[in-house]
Amino acid sequence: MMIHQQWRLGLVGVGLLSAATHSAAFDQAEIERGEYLSRAGDCVACHTAPDGVPFAGGLAVDSPFGAIFSTNITPDPETGIGHYTRDEFAAALRDGVRADGKKLYPAMPYPAYARITDEDIDALYAYFMEGVEPVKNEPERTDLSFPFNQRWGIGAWNWLFASAEPFTPDETQSDELNRGAYLVQGLGHCGSCHTNRGLFFQEKSLTGGDSDYLGGETLEGWYAPSLRGGGGDHPVARWSEQDIVDYLATGRNDHSAVVGEMTSVVAHSTSRLNEEDLQAIARYLKSLSGPEGEGPAREQAGEATQAMLTRGDVEDDLGARLYLDNCNACHFADGKGAPQVFPSLVGSSLVNAEDPTGIIRVILAGARMPSTEQRPEALAMPDFAWRLSNDEVAEVANFVRSAWGNEGSEISAGQVADVRDELPEDRPTSAPTYID
Amino acid sequence: MAKTNPPVDVVLVGLGWTNSIMGMELTDAGLNVLALERGDDRDTVPDFAYPKMADELTYGVRYKLMQRPAKSTLTIRHGVGDMAVPYRSLGSFLPGDGVGGAGVHWNGHTWRPQPQELRLRSYIEENWGADIIPDDMTIQDYGVSYDELEPFFDYFEKVAGISGKAGNLNGEIQEGGNPFEGWRSSEYPMPPLARTYNDALFADMARDQGLHPFPLPAANASEAYTNPYGMQLGPCNFCGFCERYGCLNYSKSSPQTCILGALKRRNNFAYRANSEVLRVELDSDGKRATGVTYIDADGNEVFQPADLVILGAYSLHNVHLMLLSGIGTPYDPESGEGVVGKNYAYQMNGGSTLFFKDKEFNPFIGAGANGEIVNDFGVEQIDFGQEGFIGGSYINAAMTNGQPIRNMPLPAGAPAWGRGWKQAVQASYGHTMTIGSHGSNMAYRDCYLDLDPNYTDDHGRPLMRMTFDWKPNDVRMTQFMKQKIDTLSKALGPDDYRLSFKDFDSRYDVRPYQTTHNVGGAIMGTDPSTSALNRYLQSWDVHNVFVMGASAFPQNLQYNPTGLVGALAYWSAKAIREQYLPNPGPLVQA
Repeated sequence: MMIHQQWRLGLVGVGLLSAATHSAAFDQAEIERGEYLSRAGDCVACHTAPDGVPFAGGLAVDSPFGAIFSTNITPDPETGIGHYTRDEFAAALRDGVRADGKKLYPAMPYPAYARITDEDIDALYAYFMEGVEPVKNEPERTDLSFPFNQRWGIGAWNWLFASAEPFTPDETQSDELNRGAYLVQGLGHCGSCHTNRGLFFQEKSLTGGDSDYLGGETLEGWYAPSLRGGGGDHPVARWSEQDIVDYLATGRNDHSAVVGEMTSVVAHSTSRLNEEDLQAIARYLKSLSGPEGEGPAREQAGEATQAMLTRGDVEDDLGARLYLDNCNACHFADGKGAPQVFPSLVGSSLVNAEDPTGIIRVILAGARMPSTEQRPEALAMPDFAWRLSNDEVAEVANFVRSAWGNEGSEISAGQVADVRDELPEDRPTSAPTYID
Repeated sequence: MAKTNPPVDVVLVGLGWTNSIMGMELTDAGLNVLALERGDDRDTVPDFAYPKMADELTYGVRYKLMQRPAKSTLTIRHGVGDMAVPYRSLGSFLPGDGVGGAGVHWNGHTWRPQPQELRLRSYIEENWGADIIPDDMTIQDYGVSYDELEPFFDYFEKVAGISGKAGNLNGEIQEGGNPFEGWRSSEYPMPPLARTYNDALFADMARDQGLHPFPLPAANASEAYTNPYGMQLGPCNFCGFCERYGCLNYSKSSPQTCILGALKRRNNFAYRANSEVLRVELDSDGKRATGVTYIDADGNEVFQPADLVILGAYSLHNVHLMLLSGIGTPYDPESGEGVVGKNYAYQMNGGSTLFFKDKEFNPFIGAGANGEIVNDFGVEQIDFGQEGFIGGSYINAAMTNGQPIRNMPLPAGAPAWGRGWKQAVQASYGHTMTIGSHGSNMAYRDCYLDLDPNYTDDHGRPLMRMTFDWKPNDVRMTQFMKQKIDTLSKALGPDDYRLSFKDFDSRYDVRPYQTTHNVGGAIMGTDPSTSALNRYLQSWDVHNVFVMGASAFPQNLQYNPTGLVGALAYWSAKAIREQYLPNPGPLVQA
């Protein structure tokens, strides 16, 4: 029998009840505030195994040094963090130190969480002690090879790279801008993905003044674009504040749609934040300076591509023909798709990324937007791996990377083959059933 | 012995348009709702994904999204003295299957009835007297008025995302819309679809003829759209794969694109596909339903207790389930007594195919609801007394697709095979347009549904039996439309044209596709002795059973049913939420 959804409401109800009976040291408002902050920190993303109980740990977080397994952060006293005092909890979040004194790997974004204020630590502690159901679960232990299994080495790394202090507002800026900076630098830990990492895998900068901060980085083949909205030729610089708010709230806006690792961030974290906080984040990102100057002249190039596709003048251009046959139905001849529904390919950070892994993945495996409260439809692009050869994917990707004024580098069928080899075998497919 | 599931507040039988609506409304009311859908689970991606959906052989000819007659069918006969035989090969109508139901494979023509269609008998009696109604014609009022339903038409159009042009905004006639429509409180949510060449030709000609052309109200999005549930449609690209297909482009309104994504997020909603309901179970005195018995995906018989049962299967199956479950008294055509199965009706359509050597229509640029309409010969526009029939039609120049297997119209006299056929195809493809009439069908004493005495399904249940044939009143109506379309066809100046209309010797033929607008059988009304449901779609006999869909129509409209079906579901849901839940029992005292 296929039961598509459990009676989750019932389960949650029971959970809250039993949690509330074992003690009642914190008031409900504080617990709820902590829950909200845990969303902002997206704790659930890493501390939940695939199909596992939220916060019970066990997700393998890939690092260049091997898989780091997330821990159980439910208040179970033996396998979770039920025995943590408030200060031990604070030390884990802000300093990366466990209750037993051992150091956490910096897959835990404590260099960013160091910005969390004392009041917010209190609320998070209240939530994790009393708002979360204790679960007995011993996730797999992280077992990195030498020298990365020497946790003492993290101390030196911390001394060099994890230097941030709890956030103090900049009195010269508005409350909104300070709130945005706090969320982005702290709980949001946006820099974990969007800030370029140095030789020692450290984020090159942890705060806004430095141009490395949120300047863009490639992680696991996905390009996490620059979030410095004040200038430069990248989407966030071109977007309005409302575009940023829409993207974070719904995973889509008038220009783009979320793909890759950010999909889960939108689903579990940013779409759960309130409008004021999203607005503050957008304002802060737009305040970060970027390079002066204009991007390429897309308008004319865009018109030329559109006219060529509209004429169907694609005899000598396999990539353009493949675009018409496979992509045009939704993304259209102007490459712009449709606002909030079909993402634009023009100037897209995914399409133009230096590392083409992301765009190849999307063509091969398709993509699906998250279902969110405001935009519940998980709009999806089908997979084309069953239909297009490596050569054809390279052709269509190269067409898209050069059409409408896009400036992505040329890619080869070999690069497509490498990505194809890495696709999970059990991924969903729209291939007709008569295709082997 | 059937397994028994934990009880739920509401069980929804079927998960198409109506029960998706009910799911939203009743979960809003805080109830635990479970939907049982006998077909497969389906979603845009992967099930309707490009390019596999653009496969005419698989979906258009072999009906992959439809019910399989070997699994589910009914028997059909022309008259009460005939032996009915099973509908073994899909033809005349195509009941949908799976999550989304017929809302997946429709074209998207979304109409409101004209106000007088909902009170047809009263309207006739007031204007011409009861004498003009033939003795065997059993038409009735719906028991709900257009004015009462207006907010629900409006909301359904916003949920479904309809592209169109209003003709009557709060009583003010609007240029470019249908001047003969009932009043509407707001403009359509989206502007009309882009116009194709056939639309423009027809519109210009119709205006020259003194008629009032307007764009067909389309459940095909003309632009990006977000509905009140936050669900989204993308602009239709006129791919020409609409009817019989799921939309590959998120452009056609369906339960999937308009409701289900939002509904599935709700913690108090669940659904089970591949779960076929066999019957509604009643308590010992037959006044109250206790739940439903169904066959689950593993073939087990399961009893699902529920406080409220909503039948939202296809119209024919709703009636079948009522007959099998003993809800209401079966209709008897001899005595005219009984109500369940009464007033089965269909749709009276005809058309003209026009051939132009010098015009290129590019028919592969099509959308399910791409069409230009005149409603000058609608139910409210015709003087029934003078014309000698009751009914009306809208006239439609549509271009939905240029699919090569089924859409290869050829002029009269063209060879049906071989080289001559190929030459005719080459000369004609892309050079034709059509003008159709889509008309009402009245209800008759001997057109009805009951249980077949001979045939059973694979669960051992009697099949349902349909008794139906065309009647002179409706043939007179369609012959009237034939004259009008003949005039309009000539006015367009084609090189040749071919008319196809029912005539007085026409018998109902189940083989060629006509329309999947099977209505009646569980009709709504004001009197329990002549209707199965009260005005809120509640069973007169079993108060916690509500029956959605076009099975409630006492006779058929001139229009496609979905607009009224959607509005009635919201109307019924409001009554359940505001009247039934606080005080469960009959909402109308008999």
